[in-house]
Amino acid sequence: MPGRAMIEAEGLVKRYGATVALAGVDLSVPAGAILGVLGPNGAGKTTAIRILTTLSHPDEGRASVAGFDVTAQPTEVRRRIGVAAQSTTLDELLTGRQNLEMIGQLSGLRRSGARQRATDLLERLELSDAADRQTRGYSGGMRRRLDLGASMIMRPPVLFLDEPTTGLDPVSRLGIWDVIRGMVGDGCTVLLTTQYLDEADHLADQIAVFDRGRVIASGTPQQLKSETGSARLEVTLSAPRPEAIPALQPLLEGEAHVSHDGRRLRAAVLNQEGIATAAVRALDRAGILVDDVQVHQPSLDDVFLALTGRETADEEAAHEPEAATA
Amino acid sequence: MSVRTIAIDDQPPARLGRRLREILVLIRRNLVHILREPMQLSDVTVQPILFTLLFIFVFGSGIPIPGGSYTDFALAGLLGMNLVMSSNGTAVGLTTDLNTGLIDRFRALPMWRPSILIARSVTDLLSALVCAIIVILAGLVVGWRPSTGIISVAAGVAIALLFTYAICWAFGCVGLVAKNVEAAMSIGFIVLLPLAFVSNAMVPTQGMPAWLRVIADWNPVSAVTSACRQLFGNPNPSALIQDWPMQHPVTAALLWSAALLAICVPLAVYLFRRRTSD
Repeated sequence: MPGRAMIEAEGLVKRYGATVALAGVDLSVPAGAILGVLGPNGAGKTTAIRILTTLSHPDEGRASVAGFDVTAQPTEVRRRIGVAAQSTTLDELLTGRQNLEMIGQLSGLRRSGARQRATDLLERLELSDAADRQTRGYSGGMRRRLDLGASMIMRPPVLFLDEPTTGLDPVSRLGIWDVIRGMVGDGCTVLLTTQYLDEADHLADQIAVFDRGRVIASGTPQQLKSETGSARLEVTLSAPRPEAIPALQPLLEGEAHVSHDGRRLRAAVLNQEGIATAAVRALDRAGILVDDVQVHQPSLDDVFLALTGRETADEEAAHEPEAATA
Repeated sequence: MSVRTIAIDDQPPARLGRRLREILVLIRRNLVHILREPMQLSDVTVQPILFTLLFIFVFGSGIPIPGGSYTDFALAGLLGMNLVMSSNGTAVGLTTDLNTGLIDRFRALPMWRPSILIARSVTDLLSALVCAIIVILAGLVVGWRPSTGIISVAAGVAIALLFTYAICWAFGCVGLVAKNVEAAMSIGFIVLLPLAFVSNAMVPTQGMPAWLRVIADWNPVSAVTSACRQLFGNPNPSALIQDWPMQHPVTAALLWSAALLAICVPLAVYLFRRRTSD
């Protein structure tokens, strides 16, 4: 079938005893795209990945990867996927190089080919210096990078990354993001799960929000943000002008907040096109000079809160830098 | 029941060469593990030397053997006992692997799943070979002498190793059922101690109570040690026992090995599939 998605799932259901891990999940990822599966712990993200990577059988529904059914043709699927699981899947007693060579050979490479590929990947992942040390001495970030390397060893057309940066420090996270972006540059289709809303925002073209075994929302990061929640307007005036608030009133949703010096206004505004222009025009009509105006789109934290009525565990994502005066 | 799903799940049988390469890669991995943690080998190095010295000098002083010395009698028994005990390593090795994330990595690769089991069993056969050599060298040092030729002695060792290989698959099944390494080890010892000791390995069975003697004479370990004694030309009091396995120990040892393999190999493959799918 032409135009078929690289990853496709219809009505996936998975139960573990009385627990329903997936309650009917549909997914579709076109070739070359990155789908970010976003959700808190226990939302069913890992179960979905286990089914799509042939490690687990769905109780209901069907799924295909690269055009092959995951239950009927698992070997064909395995030939075309790379997987980096949530817990690292390395051999602790082998060195980084030995791990990659072993995975390469078990994937079908000859010894010399596996050796060459391991050397290339170790360099690309900046692990050359640690290549000949046992992986039990590796830091968390190094393990994740090696795990990503192991999943890329055959240059698979489809990659599954289960929470690739969970538990890593911010610098290691950025390193992993670079590696993932590089892979997509190679034309790979990627499904990655994350609890970090900013991670999905930075990496994914499409986001599917999981909650309690269901997809509760999907779309581009931009769509999700504009569908849910209001934007936040921050205006810095040249001088304190109390009449600025009535001037802006038609645009505001709720109360405006004024800073101590009276120059800075902050308020929730309707998330509509041209909101910054409208704000500047309204102030201009009132004869108020504006030094700086910023409109902050809602963060994905706001989106998740709006969709589920619950906070996520993430604390870092909501913070944005203070508005700088021009 | 499982056979059909395996056939669908795995690669076409034409790719024998690739399967052999997978098995070799996994054997090499297991050998690297042994190099990194040489204490894994203590079961097949330190323990056989210890057992040889203990049994020959402690028990040997009090057990008269008709037609020869206790040392000559005991060596085949020590060989059988040490090799059988070493098969616990298979259970422990498999359980260890199954409890790491690595097994999920293997499962998502387009490889032949039974390669993992075969590689484990071949690695354990190699360490059993080390064990056999050490027992024989220790025996030679304390005065054991075969009275037949080198080929006959080698045939005896080969029978013991074949039986060990079969027992390894049986203990592979234990490892696939055990929840963790500790459980695998305790199940192993509960089965292995009686298997090794309720036999003619270290004492002639003639002195045992009648009911125990029947068990001992039909114990496959007894057949293996009798076969070795016969092929080494060492004293073999069990040759006087009328039970069929004691009269035909070589055939009995081979049949036991074949039967164990015929049951335990498919069972292990089935258990492995069951353990690694959800």
